[in-house]
Amino acid sequence: MSAMELLLWARGPGLGIAVAIFLFGMTLRLFEIYSLGRKTDLAAPRSPTPGSGWRTVFSRSLPYQGTWHRSGLTVITGFVFHIGLFIVLLFLLPHIKLIHSLTGLSWPALPTSLVDLVTVLTLIALLVVLVHRLMDPVKRLLSGFGDYLAWAVTFLPLLTGYMAYHHLLLDYTLLLALHILSAELLLVVFPFTKLTHTFTLFIARWYNGDIAARKGVAS
Amino acid sequence: MADETLLEILKRRGISRRGFLKFCAATTSLLALPPSMAVAVADSLGRLKRPAVIWLSFQECTGCTESLTRAHSPSIESLIFDAISLDYHHTLQAASGHAAEEAREHSMKADWGKYLLIVDGSIPLKDGGAYSTIAGISNLQMLQEAAAGAAAIVAIGTCAAFGGLPHAQPNPTGAVAVSDIIKDKPIINVPGCPPVPAVMVGVLAHYLTFGSLPDLDDLGRPRAFYGESIHDRCYRRPFYDQGKFAKTFDDAGARDGWCLFELGCKGPTTHNACATTKWNGGTSWPVQSGHGCIGCSEPDFWDAGGFYKALSTPVDSVTGAAAAAVAVGAAAGVAIGIANRQRKAQARAEHQTVTIEDLEK
Amino acid sequence: MSASLEKGLNALREVMDAPIASFFSSCVHCGMCADACLFYTETGDAKYTPIYKLEPLRRVWQQEYTLTGRLSRMLGLSKPVSDADLRNWSELVYDSCTLCGRCSMVCPVGNDITYMVRKLREGMSAAGHAPEGVIGATKRTIELGSPMGVKLPALQAQIRGQEAETGLSIPIDVQGADYMALLSSMEIINFPEYLGALARIFHQAGVSWTLSSEAFEATNSGIQIGASDIAREIVGRIVTAAEKLQVKHVISPECGHAFTALRWEGPNLIGRPYPFKVVHILELLDELRTSGRLQTVGKEDAPLTFHDPCQIVRRGGVVRQPRALLGEVASDFREMSDPGVWNWCCGGGGGVSANERAEHLRLTAFKRKKSQLDELGVHTMVTACANCRIVLEEGLEHYNMNVKVVGLTELVAEHLVEQEAGK
Repeated sequence: MSAMELLLWARGPGLGIAVAIFLFGMTLRLFEIYSLGRKTDLAAPRSPTPGSGWRTVFSRSLPYQGTWHRSGLTVITGFVFHIGLFIVLLFLLPHIKLIHSLTGLSWPALPTSLVDLVTVLTLIALLVVLVHRLMDPVKRLLSGFGDYLAWAVTFLPLLTGYMAYHHLLLDYTLLLALHILSAELLLVVFPFTKLTHTFTLFIARWYNGDIAARKGVAS
Repeated sequence: MADETLLEILKRRGISRRGFLKFCAATTSLLALPPSMAVAVADSLGRLKRPAVIWLSFQECTGCTESLTRAHSPSIESLIFDAISLDYHHTLQAASGHAAEEAREHSMKADWGKYLLIVDGSIPLKDGGAYSTIAGISNLQMLQEAAAGAAAIVAIGTCAAFGGLPHAQPNPTGAVAVSDIIKDKPIINVPGCPPVPAVMVGVLAHYLTFGSLPDLDDLGRPRAFYGESIHDRCYRRPFYDQGKFAKTFDDAGARDGWCLFELGCKGPTTHNACATTKWNGGTSWPVQSGHGCIGCSEPDFWDAGGFYKALSTPVDSVTGAAAAAVAVGAAAGVAIGIANRQRKAQARAEHQTVTIEDLEK
Repeated sequence: MSASLEKGLNALREVMDAPIASFFSSCVHCGMCADACLFYTETGDAKYTPIYKLEPLRRVWQQEYTLTGRLSRMLGLSKPVSDADLRNWSELVYDSCTLCGRCSMVCPVGNDITYMVRKLREGMSAAGHAPEGVIGATKRTIELGSPMGVKLPALQAQIRGQEAETGLSIPIDVQGADYMALLSSMEIINFPEYLGALARIFHQAGVSWTLSSEAFEATNSGIQIGASDIAREIVGRIVTAAEKLQVKHVISPECGHAFTALRWEGPNLIGRPYPFKVVHILELLDELRTSGRLQTVGKEDAPLTFHDPCQIVRRGGVVRQPRALLGEVASDFREMSDPGVWNWCCGGGGGVSANERAEHLRLTAFKRKKSQLDELGVHTMVTACANCRIVLEEGLEHYNMNVKVVGLTELVAEHLVEQEAGK
């Protein structure tokens, strides 16, 4: 199989398979979560709480100042690699074209060289995240195969994308194929690892905010 | 005339020694050889006596020949080509019918083991090769016979190199490339639809000068011409890096010469020399004229997802698969949801009231 | 004597709900909850990471309530939770968690870890892995009426004492009173001044109130041990008594988990809303203050600080009131670092103070409060939870710290405008 054939497979059947598994898995997970339901809270809320769950959905994105001090490295690397991932994913023109072709939505791209810089920062942050996970006793205790798998499938698309852009080691066509394949691997693995948090954290934050707000606390 | 050297032929046709040397210097640089080699190239090319070249045309459109020969004014490339070639060439030879085939057989016999075989067009294998025959001989048979006595084979054009358009889905004739059939001879692929004239000549010049194959990439293409991508050598590349893209063929960006990535340019994955040598004597080339690269020097370019689809977009629509996946996921989700609720209901049914007597084993 | 693994697992299957599923689906194993937990920060032992304490619950969810988990279980790829697993987790679930809720505030994906620990305890207690000390307290609550074994005669003795002290009568079993007050046994035994303070404040404010001879104990060990059936019985006593006396309000005393049990869990335990309102004593005092019925005079001049009881503040929403009340009676109130909903637990909530085997760990965890106090350098700490108060006093004594702990209600009572008796 030549690099071009691999690229065509990745852009054709590969993408179809990956998107299908991703959507199947995530739909399943959301049904799994919501179908468990929860009991109506019979305790009178301190005040009416509409919107409180939504507030926490947003407010949890920013840590409490004490958390900055205590979990600084986790917070900073977390911010860098998440923001970096979003910039690279959403503001590189080829990605926008992909999203446009899949959804019909489109928006302006950032200069490629800026995205390139962000990619480097994101890669560095992810490496720090990995080392931190391996060194920190708490993170190491909590980590299993799934955590390292999730890390790898997040890291690889960035790495291959960077290598393709800079023509490192391998031919561009092959690297582009590998880049797309690695992103497809991410999609396939996504619903069955902690990567689901990308979507479920909004549900979790909403419940947390709702539970606390009924008691009159902004959580 | 048969003993004339190349330089003599060129002289007779009005090309000065100075013009020839200029050509040799240009070819040398195209081949990425050191400048000092220009003299060697000129020397060996100049002294060359008409080498036997047999040109076989199979499932092709004559575009490759056109590319080489049809010039507004006779170019050095075409003249050289003319000078060195043509013991047998469908389009260019005067003979026809049995006389033509006899000429081919004669030449093969006379220079057995020494002639250069040039092929353009793909070879149909389906239905016993019935889709393309010459004088009742199938392309496959003619290729195999001619290849047996060839010193080397040059597969000119994407059809001969990779199957090209005849090979495109659904490939009704079972077309394949030369390299799919011939395994025991050196093959140089010079793909392009058509290939850049200077590239064709350069490859021939290299072979004729050094008697060996140039350095080839993994697809059998001379690295000197196919080593870099169109994208890397494109004069519009800075716009890609700045994120400036033409959105349509007639917008302000297109007029300002911005990058054509969004309009489906395949430059990033296409290896060819267009961006450096240009076409029509260096006049222009597709991207310069405002159209994205269609990737014609790459395998399966015709099936690579549409000329006007950006490289990062899907080749096929995923909407159907996506909708089906959501439906199946929802169905599985409902099923697991019901099973979960049953499990929970069962747990409630099996619940035995915990009293203080039940807190210890 | 019939606890079993199967009962425990069954209880875990019962409590599983959408919030838990969303929480486990979202955890990225970042470990930030560890930095929010005083049992981790003061020991540095990774096993005290809050989300790690939930492993048995997570495994039951994963293996029994997800498609992939069910498949891998069918294929024998995952091991079901065993009795040994639960036994090993008992320390993590009971000794090293006070249900303080700080981790639930920090989790970046929004997991309410405390909510899940409370649910996990249902399974742990049904499987017989609750700590002996907490089981004992629960038994005493059911059999004798209070976790410390305080019975009505003891209360009556304290009532008499406080009546003599204040010169006011303390009403008991008054039909149709506006408010029914409750007490925690710690208050009855260790801090009876609270009762006297109530009498004086309510007398001045003209509040119609009563105690009930049938339900005076507010604490609820069932909540702490995580046995809803038992918690229901305990809270049911209060509901029955309140309904019998037809009071409009029930006052939760200065006790954190009693407030949680009565205010937030109670209606869900008995399966219906109450016909009366539950207020925390601080909420009532602040209401009296704003309506001008609570008149104080003079202020404490010595610098003092406030320890936020987790269940009243972070998990109860009574954040503003204690500060407003302190503003009336103290001239030099200073906040600790991480005040209000971010304050650190005393280390003895959620049943830990009743759990003898956790004593060493609890005193180690107290170093967090110690450093907050050392940083601030004040020698008076006001709080509003009898359990916090006991735990704080023990910790202060253990570390030889010169800090006095005061109940907020009593402090307010000390500054009441003196009125002529009988007026």
